[in-house]
Amino acid sequence: MPVQCSSCGQNRAALKRPKTGHSLCRSCFFWAFEEEVHHTIVSGRLFSRGETVGIGASGGKDSTVLAHVLKVLNERYDYGLKLLLLSVDEGITGYRDDSLETVKRNQQQYDLPLKIVSYEELYGWTMDAIVKQVGLKNNCTFCGVFRRQALDRGAMMLNVDKICTGHNADDVAETVLMNVLRGDIARLRRCTAISTASDGEGAIPRCKPLKYAYEKEIVLYAYFKKLDYFSTECIYSPNAYRGHARTFLKDLEAVRPSAIMDVIHSGENLSVREGVKMPVQGTCSRCGYISSQALGLPKLGIGKHHRLHGKILAQQPLTQEEERKLKAVDF
Amino acid sequence: MCEVDEENSGCLQSRSVPGVCKMCVKCKENTAVLIIRVGDAFCRSCFKEYFVHKFRAMLGKNRVIFPGEKVLLTVSGGAASSSMLAQVQEGLGRDAPKKLRFIPAIIYIDEGGVCGQDPEEREETVAQLETIFRKTGFPYHIISLEQVFSLPSSVLEPVPGGARQPGGDYKAAVDQYIQQSKLKQKRGEASVEEAQDSLTHLNIYSPPSPEHTQTLQRLFSTLKTLTAKEDLLQTLRQHLILHTARTHGYSKVMMGDSCTRLAIKLLTNISLGRGASLAADTGFSDSRYGDVVVVRPMRDYSSKEITFYNRLFGVESVFTPSLDTKAPDKASIQRLTESFIIKLQADFPSTVSTIYRTSEKLHTASSPQNSSAEPSAKCLLCLCAADTKAEEASAFQATLLSERLSVGKAQSDPAHSNPASSNPASSNPAGSCCQEQGCGAGGCCSTSRIPAPTDLKTLLCYSCRLTIKDLITVEALPHYITSEAEKRQRRAQMKEEIGEFLLDEDEDAE
Repeated sequence: MPVQCSSCGQNRAALKRPKTGHSLCRSCFFWAFEEEVHHTIVSGRLFSRGETVGIGASGGKDSTVLAHVLKVLNERYDYGLKLLLLSVDEGITGYRDDSLETVKRNQQQYDLPLKIVSYEELYGWTMDAIVKQVGLKNNCTFCGVFRRQALDRGAMMLNVDKICTGHNADDVAETVLMNVLRGDIARLRRCTAISTASDGEGAIPRCKPLKYAYEKEIVLYAYFKKLDYFSTECIYSPNAYRGHARTFLKDLEAVRPSAIMDVIHSGENLSVREGVKMPVQGTCSRCGYISSQALGLPKLGIGKHHRLHGKILAQQPLTQEEERKLKAVDF
Repeated sequence: MCEVDEENSGCLQSRSVPGVCKMCVKCKENTAVLIIRVGDAFCRSCFKEYFVHKFRAMLGKNRVIFPGEKVLLTVSGGAASSSMLAQVQEGLGRDAPKKLRFIPAIIYIDEGGVCGQDPEEREETVAQLETIFRKTGFPYHIISLEQVFSLPSSVLEPVPGGARQPGGDYKAAVDQYIQQSKLKQKRGEASVEEAQDSLTHLNIYSPPSPEHTQTLQRLFSTLKTLTAKEDLLQTLRQHLILHTARTHGYSKVMMGDSCTRLAIKLLTNISLGRGASLAADTGFSDSRYGDVVVVRPMRDYSSKEITFYNRLFGVESVFTPSLDTKAPDKASIQRLTESFIIKLQADFPSTVSTIYRTSEKLHTASSPQNSSAEPSAKCLLCLCAADTKAEEASAFQATLLSERLSVGKAQSDPAHSNPASSNPASSNPAGSCCQEQGCGAGGCCSTSRIPAPTDLKTLLCYSCRLTIKDLITVEALPHYITSEAEKRQRRAQMKEEIGEFLLDEDEDAE
């Protein structure tokens, strides 16, 4: 039996919205989806007229949809934004090189300027080389830290005012759950913010216009719009612990579809008791980039690193035992 | 992101297989009988000491329960609450070095009516529990869930908290208590007599009438999901406990939530959108009801410790089925979260304690202790501060918008839209019949004599709205809820009408 669109009441419904359960026709779904992103942008005051906005583009579904929707909305509501695509080449053969091809096609399809910054050119290391050194475990730590800075550096090269990323509602909800499971109160407080504080020096504010868009709706949107995107997981070990949170969230969504929004709502309404120690955002004493410690030393092995950090800072020679501690564990 | 992996793989590596006959780490004399955490093997007597001390320490540290205060212990028959009962008994015992000095009573809520027990089974359970309760010598109340239908609507009225500051006050209260008991001893009155005296005020259990059970079952059958059923059951149970505590003058209610249970509850509440009241729901003390404060003295024990204690020291517990007994893992959010945490705990032994410690760092955003808050600012069901006056850019507003957009243009045919999932007030952006706009004598109000789910929604917090959304008809709700809802609505309407003459818009200013 054909179902009618619950919004226009005229066309045949083409899909059931994962977010609300309503049946909608294609055009009503497109309209609702875009309208919601518009509302997120307006109510969150994400952009102001005349700004240059860099869209973090990986070639995946989220960033492809983000680029598409932003371009549409920028024209429809006359935001007066200058949009451009910003990609990071981590140097992962068989993954990033393919996805960057997609980004390059997107550049032509949407007619937006594209900038690619690579780990190799910024740091002299590709992820392939890093994995060769540290193995498959913990390499995400490097990649994450590197990418954060790479996006900022790319944005600075292009004189971008704001960066927006394709994080969707599922990602945000998953991060809330992750941070509860890890007891990371500082991130728990920050992770639901729609944009990062813009007062930090040197850091370009970031925002998530798709924060309230369900991952499933993003896929539906890309599917019906026939958008060109790349869908492959990174070849270097998906994070096991995040995987637990992800599975749990998907199960929650299956039980009650609104659960994703409910988790975000919870995250938005949490607040931290006074007197709980919070890391202070500072800058790295060596390179000047934002860091929670004096020297942005990554945590590599097991155990207490505070003592080691002191030694490294003072450039004292490390004992063999300490060297070993700094290395990642092999199993 | 990978740090957790690192730490946990560390645990896994350093975990050594415990020797068969290890010595107790504490006294180093006796053979250990159990391992609490990695590497901590305890002998029987040291474990007892450790367990008992934890309970006293929890109460002593928080200084919430005053000497001589009447405290209601909620006992479900399960391991944790039975253990709590045993601890209180032990603490009040004459030979205890640091005697607890409050006056306890027990309450058991018989939920058999909705949890699939037939009347015979219910009576049997009650009889088993009564035997346990009698042994303690404490007065007890056995109340069936069916009694929610005779609750007065005053249960839901917010009571300003007797904001007694812990600390200095506590000391004064202790001194006063000691003096009083000295006086009593002079007069030859023993506190035992007092306890026995109160035994006469027993609430004798009377089995609920089949009609009431049916009404209750009808209420639960109108809820479409197990998640909502569990949520409502919890709310109703809480109301019954609150009412009993108020009518009998208990100013504290002790709940037996263990650390494991609280971790599950915390994650469940996050998943249910209850983030705003997380601290109240999982903290040591919860003062949302004002005059009655809920305390959770068992929150430092893991369920494993409790089970071991009960087994080693013969603490009796009674199994009662709950709504999700025998339900599959994905039957409800509560059930799903429970199995998720328990499975994760098996792989990562620090899961529960990490989550539990997270809860200690939280406090509620909109402080419910704020006694000046208007009654309407509190949720009708869970009595927490309503969290729906969120700013424009919020998940709540985004959800409302999604619903509005999905039914947007079809408002010409309201019968067409699904009444359960679409909210008429929000599907009419034009606002011809919005509650907020107080349509007064408008023709559209002719149907709203009985509060529709929509009307009820405006009085609820985010999460309770979700529960009520799963309710097919509000008519099945107990009378005290609907009548209090009507009362609040009338008041809101009244305020609307006289709105322009009010100079001080204190409510909106908040």
